[in-house]
Amino acid sequence: MEFLQSLLGPLWPLVWTLVKIVVIVGPLLLAVAYVTYAERKVIGYMQVRIGPNRVGPLGLLQPIADGVKLMMKEIIIPSGANKKLFLLGPVLAMAPALAAWAVVPFSPELVLANIDASLLYIMAITSMGVYGIVLAGWASNSKYPFLGAMRSAAQIVSYEIAMGFALVGVLMAAQSLNLVEIVNAQKGTTFFSWYWLPLFPMFVVYLVSSVAEINRAPFDVAEGESEIVGFHAEYSGMAFAVFFLAEYANMILVATLSSLLFLGGWLPLFDIAPFNWIPGFFWLMAKICFVLFLFLWFRATFPRYRYDQIMRLGWKVFIPVTLVWLLVVGGMMQTPLGYLFH
Amino acid sequence: MMKRLNAFFKSLLLIELLQGMAVTGRYLFARKITVQFPEERTPMSPRFRGLHALRRYPNGEERCIACKLCEAVCPAMAIHIDMEERADGTRRTTRYDIDLTKCIFCGFCEESCPVDSIVETRIFDYHGEKRGDLYYTKPMLLAVGDKHEAQIARDRAADAKYR
Amino acid sequence: MNAQMLIFYLFATILLFAAVRVVTARNPVHSALYLVLSFFTAAALWIMLQAEFLAIVLVLVYVGAVMVLFLFVVMMLDINYDTLREGFWSNLPFALTVAILMAAEMVVVLAGRDFWANGSGSVPTLHGPGYSNTKELGRLIYTEYVYPFEIASVILLVAIVAAIALTLRRRKDTKFQDPAAQIAVRRNDRLRIIPVAADTKLMKKPEDAPQSEQTS
Repeated sequence: MEFLQSLLGPLWPLVWTLVKIVVIVGPLLLAVAYVTYAERKVIGYMQVRIGPNRVGPLGLLQPIADGVKLMMKEIIIPSGANKKLFLLGPVLAMAPALAAWAVVPFSPELVLANIDASLLYIMAITSMGVYGIVLAGWASNSKYPFLGAMRSAAQIVSYEIAMGFALVGVLMAAQSLNLVEIVNAQKGTTFFSWYWLPLFPMFVVYLVSSVAEINRAPFDVAEGESEIVGFHAEYSGMAFAVFFLAEYANMILVATLSSLLFLGGWLPLFDIAPFNWIPGFFWLMAKICFVLFLFLWFRATFPRYRYDQIMRLGWKVFIPVTLVWLLVVGGMMQTPLGYLFH
Repeated sequence: MMKRLNAFFKSLLLIELLQGMAVTGRYLFARKITVQFPEERTPMSPRFRGLHALRRYPNGEERCIACKLCEAVCPAMAIHIDMEERADGTRRTTRYDIDLTKCIFCGFCEESCPVDSIVETRIFDYHGEKRGDLYYTKPMLLAVGDKHEAQIARDRAADAKYR
Repeated sequence: MNAQMLIFYLFATILLFAAVRVVTARNPVHSALYLVLSFFTAAALWIMLQAEFLAIVLVLVYVGAVMVLFLFVVMMLDINYDTLREGFWSNLPFALTVAILMAAEMVVVLAGRDFWANGSGSVPTLHGPGYSNTKELGRLIYTEYVYPFEIASVILLVAIVAAIALTLRRRKDTKFQDPAAQIAVRRNDRLRIIPVAADTKLMKKPEDAPQSEQTS
């Protein structure tokens, strides 16, 4: 490494950062592929089926087969479409989903950029994901994608508010915007010291609105494959696959965030002997898998919300709930019981 | 008042959603009922209406007498028959085509046949790779019948008392 | 020219290009998207000025929410591009006057002595890695500038309430659904199971019940 450093000279930081990015994005894309596999398996099992089992042992090569299929397919650009924006759509959907990972810590030291306001950065970057969907819907020059894009734009902008308020609760409790410090602030002897307990309403609100943010069932009206087919109706081949990847990358991202913010990140379940031998990285992975499983479970259980009910839930239920709990947290922190919320 | 309060807390604490998740969670561990198709097959009725076949008498003579009842009854107009008189005075088909892309597998041809010539077999997993592949001509139908005669005869016998 | 200058000029060029395209692009959706791009590059420039909180908030609020709603509206419009360009030359002198006036005002402000009063010019003081822009801003807003800040927020709140009050009209003759009432409905509110004679017979001896598969 020293040799490389002297060889590259001033370019070394750039190259080293690129290497780190590849180390994060590569496994992430692999994880994305296998989340699709897990989704099909879990939902299959919940529907008393067995899911994919033909390609490779236990169907484990299925995501790769899907990828190869999508890569071989032709990307059809509709004749009435706005060609540039049509192709920009998937890129804009994918880029924020990957860029947000720059500040996500995997352990106290393992983080690409440990910036001061990493929580704000993630919120800002993920809020740009909606452009991909809106552009795809509009540039397709087709009714149903457009409807899907409109639905998704309104939905994402609405749920961002509830989500933001839930995060305000976390940063009040942790007194920091930095993800590493937020996790360290949750340190305790058992999992009861993590923020899911004192901020329980916010945890629920965050979990549900993150499902809405990533347009997944039961809030998948943007896609709504049984009614309007959705914003990517005109996409095929790799262009469609990129949307697909973006959706699942976002899913892993929000699962990671909820594990970091509410489930204690890399902290072990109990801070005693057999548990704290396991490295923190694996605890984080286990928590991410748990939250991802919850997402799949939601999808297997709940029917799609009606559009007006989604809006009602976001504006009339979640925002008041988070506001009330913000007051509770703020008030309690001034009382002798304040230590419960730190 | 109490009732409304009850309903409020019930919806706030997501009781019903958790109940729903409990149901799906239970089925996660339930015995799976998937049938692994090419290796396992579901039981099939002797009346199953799959791919068509033309049958022969045990002496090798084809059964069809070109009465064209099946052609007449076919609601999808998928059957085409031409006929001629043979040297021995019997009437036989020269052409017996079924366009399986038109066929709706209603089984009327089978019902209408006075000599049990055109039948529908249990075969359902066949395919065509070109446009014309599903246009079955007389030799093809006879070949299907020859190949599966034992099964066809068994199915007719099983169903005979209801006819 | 060091790397920082290079990055600055890169962003500045993109920002200027995007800003020009906002005005010159024919398609309003393209204009809106160039506006998004210019906001984003402006945020990048602010980060270079160590104003990372403002930069992130710019992206979060303007790019993430305001411009989405903007696009929402612009995309719904059915615009005739020919009528848009009508009257360009007749309006040009007026527009030019306004533009020159604005530019002159900015020159007056920027060249004035008050703007550079702290003597440091446009270069912000550099802070160490432990310095938190967010914390400093919060401290200023909630201590020194707490009254102006609260007054501004109350004015905004009044504006929100007023906007809603002005546009909200309750029509008595419209029919609409109340999701709260809909989800509060229980089975027993709507469904009454009446015991029928035939049913009671079935319930007594379920094994004697004729099964529909066999009767057909």
